[in-house]
Amino acid sequence: MLFSIRQQGGLEMRRNGRALLYAGLFYAPLVSADWQVNLIEGATEISRAVYNLHMVIFYICVVIAVIVFGVMFWSIFWHRKSRGAKAAHFHESTWVEIAWTIVPVIILVSMAVPASTTLIQMYDKNSAELDIQITGYQWKWRYQYLNQDIDFFSSLATPQEQIINEQIKGENYLLEVDKPLVIPTGKKIRFLLTSNDVIHSWWVPALAVKKDAIPGFVNESWTRVDQPGIYRGQCAELCGRDHGFMPIVVEVKSPEDYQLWVAEQASLKEKQQQSAEQNWSRAELMARGEAVYKASCAACHQVEGQGIAGVFPALAGSELMAADPAEHIDIVLFGRSGTAMQAFAEQLTPVDLAAVITYERSAWGNQGDAVTVQQIAELLKE
Amino acid sequence: MGSLEQTVSSTDHHGPAKGITRWLYTTNHKDIGTLYLLFSLNMFFIGGCMALTIRAELFQPGLQLIMPEFFNQMTTMHGLIMVFGAVMPAFVGLANWMIPMMVGAPDMALPRMNNWSFWILPFAFSMMLSTLLMEGGAPNFGWTFYAPLSTTYAPPSVTFFIFAVHMMGISSIMGAINVIATILNMRAPGMKLMDMPLFVWTWLITAFLLIAVMPVLAGVVTMMLMDIHFGTSFFDAAGGGDPVLFQHVFWFFGHPEVYIMILPAFGVVSEIIPTFARKRLFGYTSMVYATASIAVLSFIVWAHHMFTVGLPLVGELFFMYTTMLIAVPTGVKVFNWVATMFRGSMTFETPMLFSLAFVVLFTIGGFSGLMLAIAPADFQYHDTYFVVAHFHYVLVPGSVFSIMAAAYYWLPKWTGHMYNEAMGKLHFWLSFIGVNVTFFPMHFLGLAGMPRRIPDYALQFADFNMVATFGAFLFGFSQLIFVYNVISCIRSGKKATARVWEGSHGLEWTLPSPPPYHSFTESPTFTRPHRNDDRGG
Repeated sequence: MLFSIRQQGGLEMRRNGRALLYAGLFYAPLVSADWQVNLIEGATEISRAVYNLHMVIFYICVVIAVIVFGVMFWSIFWHRKSRGAKAAHFHESTWVEIAWTIVPVIILVSMAVPASTTLIQMYDKNSAELDIQITGYQWKWRYQYLNQDIDFFSSLATPQEQIINEQIKGENYLLEVDKPLVIPTGKKIRFLLTSNDVIHSWWVPALAVKKDAIPGFVNESWTRVDQPGIYRGQCAELCGRDHGFMPIVVEVKSPEDYQLWVAEQASLKEKQQQSAEQNWSRAELMARGEAVYKASCAACHQVEGQGIAGVFPALAGSELMAADPAEHIDIVLFGRSGTAMQAFAEQLTPVDLAAVITYERSAWGNQGDAVTVQQIAELLKE
Repeated sequence: MGSLEQTVSSTDHHGPAKGITRWLYTTNHKDIGTLYLLFSLNMFFIGGCMALTIRAELFQPGLQLIMPEFFNQMTTMHGLIMVFGAVMPAFVGLANWMIPMMVGAPDMALPRMNNWSFWILPFAFSMMLSTLLMEGGAPNFGWTFYAPLSTTYAPPSVTFFIFAVHMMGISSIMGAINVIATILNMRAPGMKLMDMPLFVWTWLITAFLLIAVMPVLAGVVTMMLMDIHFGTSFFDAAGGGDPVLFQHVFWFFGHPEVYIMILPAFGVVSEIIPTFARKRLFGYTSMVYATASIAVLSFIVWAHHMFTVGLPLVGELFFMYTTMLIAVPTGVKVFNWVATMFRGSMTFETPMLFSLAFVVLFTIGGFSGLMLAIAPADFQYHDTYFVVAHFHYVLVPGSVFSIMAAAYYWLPKWTGHMYNEAMGKLHFWLSFIGVNVTFFPMHFLGLAGMPRRIPDYALQFADFNMVATFGAFLFGFSQLIFVYNVISCIRSGKKATARVWEGSHGLEWTLPSPPPYHSFTESPTFTRPHRNDDRGG
């Protein structure tokens, strides 16, 4: 058979072993495990319905293929000149032609019925118990729990060293994030999707949810997961340089664990507040700024601040870094409209903002003044 | 010009000019056909090198050879070059060579425009390729160039890309006008529309599709140009525009465009299979109607490329049903080809091998297309390698194999020499294995969850990617056999007869091989094939 359907043990990917392959100057771990060939059934009612549709249409195709290719190979074998076959003279048959027009129509209609039912079910977005706004950014996701004070960014957690083959790749290489989306089991959760810059697409195969996040528009989708677990996905719409590096991780918790997590978010917020009020030395800001820079800025402006000519301006040696910090702060906080430069005021805490701006102004031989957390905090209040 | 030339007697041998000017100033349909085909072959290799760069990077997880920004330029340029530079010009080349000979005309109806429509192309593609050397790099937003990635967030070279697309569009429209004018006005006396060979029929319908949708493409790139340089906001929500509008306009062009790349292939295969089955094509009339229905349907299915953009339910259902409907006429074509082979007297020369592979592998691409039409399932397939597998199955063993089949089939007619059959078969088998090893595993990758257009991937996708890369290099390098075979055929192939193939049938085979410079200087008399005509003769 063409596809052998393999049950996946759990949703985490499975690896049976690992070998290192040294090939010239580079190496990458060879994973000798997953020859997964089919869709997963997933973790929701909808995803199982989709899986069943997929299998039905697949088997229909297999049956048609066996018949059509069967006749074809029969002819190739028996009706070849080398076997002495003489060509027949027929070249049309109204009845046969009508039959093979009508039969496919019947098959298609029988396929369209369950497909429409599932689709209608997917479009029923009523009576959600929790609304989460998902915003795509180049190249991370932002999750805002509506009517709750939870709002955070979620970006790739795989270290750069693994990507450029200087470290052995981890089990969830490119499918791990710093802060996963957390949702409770058994509740209907509505996702409101939009984007801050270009079109992204939020896709988690186990939930059978794939919906485009489009700037200026809000799309809706929903899910209800039965089992706690960790479900991984990726951005599905080409969104620029790091399109391949903006994974999605959904952590589904039992309602009790979910409540604990919600409470934890409130105390985290408080801690952040406190750290903004303490006094930060320049050295502390520089250390923190370097980490923030690597996570949020280096994708475009590059680790050494050299940028990419013609697309992303260089920061190293830039006049902006030496001039009055006001303009520099303004660009980082509020972005530059009409370019790829995003507004970071909402993405980063005042401490991180002050740290990264200070870092950019002093790293790579730049000689600008430091900025303080208070300076940023005041600007943000305005 | 037709009447002038016809007064020159065929023994006078009005031959081509000498040197480079023959090719620059030529208005001859065969010369222009040759130029188109050579241009297409070049682009096929350039686009192929880009594909191999992509596959080499994807050989293993991690970034080894190229950085993500260059990877995106490669996927974009590969797509644009293969679609607009390789497949479309190859079919125009075949049309130029074959349509006048098949309908019994001396040349194309509008020879000077013919010259112009070809000579625009090298300039358009030089400009497009030059963007690779520009600051900020070549276009990196995918061959579908979705806004706002291709407008606000695009590299500066996007303007050159837009201009290049305009030039290609002009070239295609002029080519299409020429095809229509030739077919409708220059058929041999007695040849009715329903007597035309299927290659001519499919090209006639393709030409109308081209005229209908190339202006739409020109419109959408012009809107981009306005957004980028003149402050409009067609695709910018902040200014009251809509990024999804881009996709609607693009796919209104894009879906007919994919049939532009496959309908002439249907025509080619419908010529070749009857020849080597020594039996008339089964269901000629239904073939013509099926082609026309596919063309009509192609205008009302475009949003199946956009099932995830958040269409309303009714829209989603409409586009799902219309898309599924396309399976009916496409099925009719496949059944007709199989019925043509059934109880024939088959032999398996290289053109036939490529055509048989076309029928099987194109149908597999059709099956995955049917799966993609099921909107709820499409949410899982959309923008994954399953889609990549699908459209490469219809474009490589579909369009490209049919072009190869056509080249082998008519090469003896064009050059007057036979190609090397053993080498042709070797080329076929290596291509056949290479194509399947490359693209079949991509179905699995997509179903397992690998998104398309990513330069690096999670570890569970490693094995099939490695397999695909091996296949790609095998396929890529086997095409050099084709080049060698064509060159040695022109230089030292055995002499070909006028008929070339035992089962061949049609006006082009009544001309000597190679045919005279001006194909039919006198209109041939067309005789309708007898109802019980036996191609074996």
